[in-house]
Amino acid sequence: MIKFTQVSKRYPGGYEALKNVGFEIEEGEIAFLTGHSGAGKSTLLKLIAAIERPNGGSIVVKGQNVGSLKSGALPFLRRNLGLIFQDHKLLFDRSVFDNVILPLQICGFDHRESAKRARAALDKVGLLAREKANPIALSGGEQQRLCIARAIVNRPTILLADEPTGNLDSAYADEIMSIFKSFHQVGVTLLIATHDENVLRQSDGRRLLLKHGELQP
Amino acid sequence: MSNWLIQHWLVFLFTLRRLLATPVASLLNIAIMGIALSLPVGVYVLLQNVQGLAAQAAGAPQISVFLAKDASKDDVAQTGKRLAQLDDIERIEFVPREQALDQLKHSTGLADVIGGLSQNPLPDAYILYPKTADLKVLEGLRDRLQTWPKLEHVQLDSAWARKLEALLGFVRLAVLILASLLSIALVAITFNTIRLQILTKRDEIEVSKLIGATHAFIRRPFLYFGLLQGLLAGAAAWLIISLSLYLLNRSLAGLAELYASNFTLHHLSAGDSLSLLLFSAYLGWLGAWLSVSQHLWQIEPK
Repeated sequence: MIKFTQVSKRYPGGYEALKNVGFEIEEGEIAFLTGHSGAGKSTLLKLIAAIERPNGGSIVVKGQNVGSLKSGALPFLRRNLGLIFQDHKLLFDRSVFDNVILPLQICGFDHRESAKRARAALDKVGLLAREKANPIALSGGEQQRLCIARAIVNRPTILLADEPTGNLDSAYADEIMSIFKSFHQVGVTLLIATHDENVLRQSDGRRLLLKHGELQP
Repeated sequence: MSNWLIQHWLVFLFTLRRLLATPVASLLNIAIMGIALSLPVGVYVLLQNVQGLAAQAAGAPQISVFLAKDASKDDVAQTGKRLAQLDDIERIEFVPREQALDQLKHSTGLADVIGGLSQNPLPDAYILYPKTADLKVLEGLRDRLQTWPKLEHVQLDSAWARKLEALLGFVRLAVLILASLLSIALVAITFNTIRLQILTKRDEIEVSKLIGATHAFIRRPFLYFGLLQGLLAGAAAWLIISLSLYLLNRSLAGLAELYASNFTLHHLSAGDSLSLLLFSAYLGWLGAWLSVSQHLWQIEPK
């Protein structure tokens, strides 16, 4: 599903975020990307979504070589991915519902069908009652769940999450992890970047440990 | 297909809401653009009116041939025969001096003055109606006639129409220059409006790109905005011209009455009105398109 071969990423200024990284994640697998902050976890996720481009090596996602995709093809790659960001990236100029329906509008879905799906996604993360609220009125945990709802509304086959339990207390974190587990059960491939020991202790997925941009065996 | 239409309809409604969300700013923008447009279009409307008037007044060109005062009845008849043999002439009308005096009395209200004259100051005249309206041919004919004996004066009546035509050509060029410059201004105004919008929509654009929006999808609402704003500016220009014409016609009515005329200024024709709206909508779209292609690529998710 996701295959890295000798991938390296250097930022302007010479900082090497990733060095010679190679791994493969199978379809339906749940994997955890761990390591200290600055180890290259976020960079790795960004490379998968082609938010950053690698300097060397190849990244294949669902049979497509991401590194060589033209910019016109990027939107269609990203529609297969559910992205969950540490800083949520919610839009505060519209309601919770409008935030969730945005990916469906972007894909040009039928309006009524979209509304149904958006409500289903909100229900899944327990925010259906807040659909008319502005995201700014939500707590940190709720905002994170909203971000998840937006990522899954499109029914992506791959979910990428960057520190999804980042600033949350353990009760919220458990809630979010159980949502992820339910996706794993229906066959979604998950790659979760986290340094949250609690999360790692409770989960039995594969671990990919990054240290100074290198994958530890 | 219908889903595609719904998508566009939704974007249109969304754009309309965006326009209405800042009513004062939108109104001012539209007013500025409308005023800028109404200048060249207004001059164009006046030009059309003057042109219509000129065509009406000039009609088909005529050549008036005035005989010399000392021409005898024989000379007059001789000249008439020679004129009848000319190729380019459709019809000849003879206006004897008595009839000319009569007409003058009736048409100008100078009866008293003319009645006081001891003798008729007007000469006999022939009016030639040429087959052609080609000024070159007519001028050649006039020059030839001028060399004939016993003729006082040969006058080509459309000479002033030609001068007017030259003047109108000059004004038309001025309108064209003005219209071009103001069109550029219109594009610039839209360009800037859209630039500001893009800057305030930075987050939305970034997130949209992250969740798989194509460039076309992101561009669409901005293009619609430019189009709509341009269209409304065109409508504003049309209204400004309507109002101006209404006011001008009201004051013109009094003036025309004095000249026993029912001259009024006409508005743009339906076709010209439609062209105005389409063109201003196009300019708005163009400004938005330039702005979007200039600024959108700078916003990439990080």
